[in-house]
Amino acid sequence: MTTGVLNPSHYPARRAATVVQHYLNTRYGSPYRWIFLSKVHSGSAEDMAEMRKYQLELTMQEMISNVSGQCSAELLFPGGEGQSAPQVQASCEGLLQSNPTAQEEAFYQQHRASNNMVSGSNIPDSYGHMEPSMKPFWHLGGVASSCIMLRESNESTLYNMAQVANFTQLETEKDQLRFNYHVLLHEMISQEIIHWKLLVTWSPEQGVKVLQTELQPKCHDCEAPPNTTN
Amino acid sequence: MCVSMYSAVWSREETTERNYYTRYHNMSEITAWMEQMKRENPDVVSSMVYGQTYERRNITLLKIGLSSTGRKKAIWMDCGIHAREWIAPAFCQYFVREILRTYKTDTKVNEMMKNLDFYITPVLNVDGYIYSWHNESTRLWRKSRSPGTGGCTCYGTDINRNFYANWGMVGVSTDCCSQTYCGTKALSESEARAVTDMLGKMREDILAFLTIHSYGQLLLVPYGHPNISAPNYDELMEVGLAAATAIKAVHGMDYTVGTSPDVLYANSGSSRDFARLIGIPLSFTFELRDKGEHGFELPEDQIQPTCEEAYAGAHHIITYAHDKAFYSYAATVTATLWTTLLAAWVSSAILLTIICLYKKVK
Repeated sequence: MTTGVLNPSHYPARRAATVVQHYLNTRYGSPYRWIFLSKVHSGSAEDMAEMRKYQLELTMQEMISNVSGQCSAELLFPGGEGQSAPQVQASCEGLLQSNPTAQEEAFYQQHRASNNMVSGSNIPDSYGHMEPSMKPFWHLGGVASSCIMLRESNESTLYNMAQVANFTQLETEKDQLRFNYHVLLHEMISQEIIHWKLLVTWSPEQGVKVLQTELQPKCHDCEAPPNTTN
Repeated sequence: MCVSMYSAVWSREETTERNYYTRYHNMSEITAWMEQMKRENPDVVSSMVYGQTYERRNITLLKIGLSSTGRKKAIWMDCGIHAREWIAPAFCQYFVREILRTYKTDTKVNEMMKNLDFYITPVLNVDGYIYSWHNESTRLWRKSRSPGTGGCTCYGTDINRNFYANWGMVGVSTDCCSQTYCGTKALSESEARAVTDMLGKMREDILAFLTIHSYGQLLLVPYGHPNISAPNYDELMEVGLAAATAIKAVHGMDYTVGTSPDVLYANSGSSRDFARLIGIPLSFTFELRDKGEHGFELPEDQIQPTCEEAYAGAHHIITYAHDKAFYSYAATVTATLWTTLLAAWVSSAILLTIICLYKKVK
């Protein structure tokens, strides 16, 4: 395990920085706010009792407004046998300048009524394409996925959301929009695609909450060769 | 699938259109395109079938260069060793089109086409690529399509863990269901054997080996094992960093350069490592766009900018390799000549001085 000053272009700093990205999305992400790691400037790691502590200086980018901000973050990866999530603290300057309130509110009002439940699948599709109306649901899926990605991360993982396989809107409850999501996560080190089903709620006030998560089994049976003549 | 059928109908007229290179193409379109490249450029393009996939499909490369009587040096490029990395075959197609488009007017490309042959495999893992086009649920397939053995019911071996280069040592799985399954033994996969055999025949001639992947925006140098360094690590890093600078100049994108264990993860059995091990001096893995936002499903409107920047990077490496082979020999000869002349001058100057002194003394 690398300890001391970290090379910003080497994997330990980058994996830790991605965990910070997941954390920021769980805190600040929404259908109209999606944060992505832009650059690692510097970092350090140290061993502490049963834990590994990282300190990082980063640039993060809000992808919809294209606004970048500098962030300082501290992470604790728990050691030992337990499967507990890393703990993250981060403060950013300038990152949250964009004000998506109007768009969020319009989106919320549009989908709040029960007469038109929305659903979608394969976002993005095989060609990387998605309908503009699906984009906020893609971001929402990404933010919800960030909760899982944060929880599942350790020093040997690097998670990204590969695709929203499908989502279905459920009845609005307690003023929260509600959705079932099926997401595909890509874990870079193992190269695995991991399927999760999530029950997600969102409102402009309450933000994104993931109420239930269910890991889907890897589908071994659906791997037999089809009749492909292509 | 409606979209791919639409593409197939258009492809025949459109293969020369600029539009063609801004879309992803299925295997039959790429095969037709290879035929078209040969047809339209018969004096510089030929093809070679150099192996068979598990499902008995041809593995085909395009050999591109101005014909010459002697034996030529070579550049190797392969794309699509991992099925889901669709931007990679798109780049191989772009690269071919670009050198064919510019070799008559660009003096450097022309010179390189005279002195080198480009061996370009647009899709190495043909079975996997075709499978990834089957439907949405197969889009993220990575490996070959050989069946599991010994009671394991999953399909596929990671071809880029299957080469005879520290095979099975690190960054692999022995579970045949895993995405980094390295196979029952090195070169269990016919795709890996095909490349191995070709490289074996050509190894003295290949100046650079480029293998194209996605995603991550990285240029990886050998080796994948954390305890083994390439003998020319410094050179590889210097060339790689300069290539990354060239990439960034195009659209501002950052590509990180380093060994796989430093910047990504340790691994063994890769084609890049095998190429370096058999003596090919400049061996690089390109990991193209993006950094995870779309990942493998890179939007088609990013194909062109990705290919433009990757071309700049590849062009830098290839030019370096070419110039090192064809200019440093001349530079060495010239340096030797000057050294000889200087030595002759110095010794004649000394001789004259001695004669003068002798005369004076006398």
